[in-house]
Amino acid sequence: MTDTSSTNIPISPRQAMIRRALRHKGLIFGTVVMAVVILIAIFAPLLTEYDPYKQNLLTRMKPPVLLGGDPDHWLGTDALGRDYWARLAYGARVSLTIGIVAAVISATIGCTLGILAGYFGGRVDAVVTFLINVRLAMPVVLVALAVVALLGGSLIVVISVLGLLLWDRFAVVLRSATMQVRSLEYIAAAEVLGASLPRILVKDILPNVMNHLIVIFTLEMAHAIILEAALSFLGLGVQPPTPSWGLMISEGKEMLLFESWLITIPGVALFFLVLAINMMGDGIRDVTAPEGRN
Amino acid sequence: MSDPILSIRNLTVDLPKGGDRQYAVEQLSLEVAPREIVCIVGESGSGKSITSFATMGLLPKVLTPSTGEIRFGGQDLLALPASEHAKLRGSQMAMVFQEPMSALNPCYTVGTQIEEMFETHTELAKSERKARVMKLLEEVHLPDPARVYASYPHQLSGGQRQRIVIAMALALDPKLLIADEPTTALDLSTQAQILHLFKELREHHDAGIMFVTHDFDVVAEIADRVIVMQHGRIVEEGSAEEVLNRPKHPYTRLLIDAVPRRSRDARGAPAEDVLLSVNALNKIYHIPGNMFKQARDVHACKDINFSVRKGETLGIVGESGSGKSTLVKCLIRLEDPNSGEVLINGTDLASCSRKELHPYRKMIQIVFQDPYGSLNPRRTIGDQLIEGPVNFGADRAKSMERAKELMRIVRLDPDALNRYPNQFSGGQRQRICIARALMVEPKVLIADEAVSALDVSVQKEVLKLLNEIRDTLGLTVLFITHDLRVAAQVCDNLIVMQKGEIVERGNVEQVFGAPSSDYTKMLLDAQPGKDWDVPDISTLPPVAV
Repeated sequence: MTDTSSTNIPISPRQAMIRRALRHKGLIFGTVVMAVVILIAIFAPLLTEYDPYKQNLLTRMKPPVLLGGDPDHWLGTDALGRDYWARLAYGARVSLTIGIVAAVISATIGCTLGILAGYFGGRVDAVVTFLINVRLAMPVVLVALAVVALLGGSLIVVISVLGLLLWDRFAVVLRSATMQVRSLEYIAAAEVLGASLPRILVKDILPNVMNHLIVIFTLEMAHAIILEAALSFLGLGVQPPTPSWGLMISEGKEMLLFESWLITIPGVALFFLVLAINMMGDGIRDVTAPEGRN
Repeated sequence: MSDPILSIRNLTVDLPKGGDRQYAVEQLSLEVAPREIVCIVGESGSGKSITSFATMGLLPKVLTPSTGEIRFGGQDLLALPASEHAKLRGSQMAMVFQEPMSALNPCYTVGTQIEEMFETHTELAKSERKARVMKLLEEVHLPDPARVYASYPHQLSGGQRQRIVIAMALALDPKLLIADEPTTALDLSTQAQILHLFKELREHHDAGIMFVTHDFDVVAEIADRVIVMQHGRIVEEGSAEEVLNRPKHPYTRLLIDAVPRRSRDARGAPAEDVLLSVNALNKIYHIPGNMFKQARDVHACKDINFSVRKGETLGIVGESGSGKSTLVKCLIRLEDPNSGEVLINGTDLASCSRKELHPYRKMIQIVFQDPYGSLNPRRTIGDQLIEGPVNFGADRAKSMERAKELMRIVRLDPDALNRYPNQFSGGQRQRICIARALMVEPKVLIADEAVSALDVSVQKEVLKLLNEIRDTLGLTVLFITHDLRVAAQVCDNLIVMQKGEIVERGNVEQVFGAPSSDYTKMLLDAQPGKDWDVPDISTLPPVAV
């Protein structure tokens, strides 16, 4: 009388997820663009022989090949004669580093606070909710501007400031997700089976709120990249001569009317990166929680 | 019998591709006559709800009726445009759903919501509308109709809300009333009242009632005619008396055979030594007040005393809000009792600190009600089974061996340990939960409504399994349930709880035969189908299929 399963064995949740992922066009687009940008960032030295810092005033303001420029510099050169493709490729490193590291810092802070608040409720929840409210009351751009202005702009300062400012959404979402999971019976069962608190949090809560975490992670990563560009544009982010897409836009703004490609190229790159990250986030949400899709 | 109100002929509803079968409902024909209650019975997935949704024109878009017709009032509903069908809903045909809270809009008073029916479908003046609503509220026996009229859904109890939904359904005197499991979410005593209300409606209105249910006791209580469905097909049809007492189809026989009997399975007397005793246990929930509400205390458990001997099965019976769940939570220390003792083998678990408690956790284990919420969807079965032993310091590999052993005991394939919970049915999951609880070799097993969410045939198997395990392992079982029949079948002794207090205790014969408290008497009286003696299937003549 052994209960054997029927012939069509249902697939595991992971297999089902992979199947949905392969059918999701937005997710595939986002992932491909992201992968391309990451590869460019990693292999930048192999993709261009030019040094992004090396100035050459004899070859300044060359337009890209498409606009009739010099084939040696296929994306042209900037006002100081630096190769624009080299700066774009190395700039991807800055944008991605800022996006990923700032999101990791935020995720760590927000996740910890959110899960603790959701799991314990009561006073812990009250304190965390207060912290979230305090954080939400601060305008991110203004605070970032102020801090960077005080401490001086550098990659590390920008990353830490953004990392310390973007955890609110993680905390809010994970708090409510954890509350939901916490009320389920498998948590009670684990408690009754003598599981320690850290074990319950890591083994039972975290995997079941992971999909929310990944989605917010992508959103905040895009957010951080945009904020870095904005700070750099205002001259308070990464300092020249570091190649950064925001800085490139900022440096190109004086030429906006005459050499518009100086702004268009990093602008388009930024647009596609952020779009790709967001589409990836949406895709992951659809794929991991298909019931939430409308 | 007069002409049928509703007649469905050869209805087939296709399932989307990739489902476990091709049709949700296949070649279904049935009729509902005026003043008749037709019960459609079946287990989950039998297509009974699809049939009622198709009639109401409320099928989800992925399901399309491919052949057949649904004739109602001289026209074929399937050929009707959606807008015409919508006009019939409410005025000519009405539906009562399982969950009354979600069927009512929480933003409006119930009076307004019933009046809306008249506003949409009739030209009555405001004062007349109100008068009609009050009359309806009286008809469904709601106390103090004026107060109910001005109440919001959340201010009413579940039973009262279901009455409101029924009143709404009756507002325009429909010819057909479809009720989809209308009493499943309700307590026993409320269920009895609602069923009584349906019987009354049959007398006072000309409507035909199509009553969808999974519960044979309910069928026995109200049905005139019964239709039994399995896998989208009708397997048996006939008068209630005939189907209930002389079922012909093997599937119907299987279902009726699975209905718990009111008599207890014969078994030896448990040992004499007391294993678990609870003394003067109290649990008070403090609900803090705010600007608008005063703080108040809810006394969920009042001076609970009982003891269970080794190998005994104690049933704890009560309706929702009786405090039985709180009692369970205090026993397994998911909640800390305010006072009292929980003694297992002389150790008081109630006074232990969390840390001291750890080694005693494995003495007492629990199987929960919801087979879908009690397993972590993101961990394999094996990983969840060895959770307990690993927490108590056992070796992973050895625990895995024991997990395989237990999978065999609960009659599941030991190789299934590396699968995820979504690959198992409700009954299988419940067996996995039993296995998980047994992994740490507990002395006491609490089954908290462990079979309530299961279909009867699955329920029967799980109960049998529980009984076997109890006997072979010498377990002591606390069986928490709202279902008196199940309690009668598996328990040695019973306690009945009401509002946090034990109002009755004794062995099954005493409690059922000569109840002393009014509440127990009321509960016993409220059981549906109490006049129906479940036939012994084995004595029926065999029927060729």
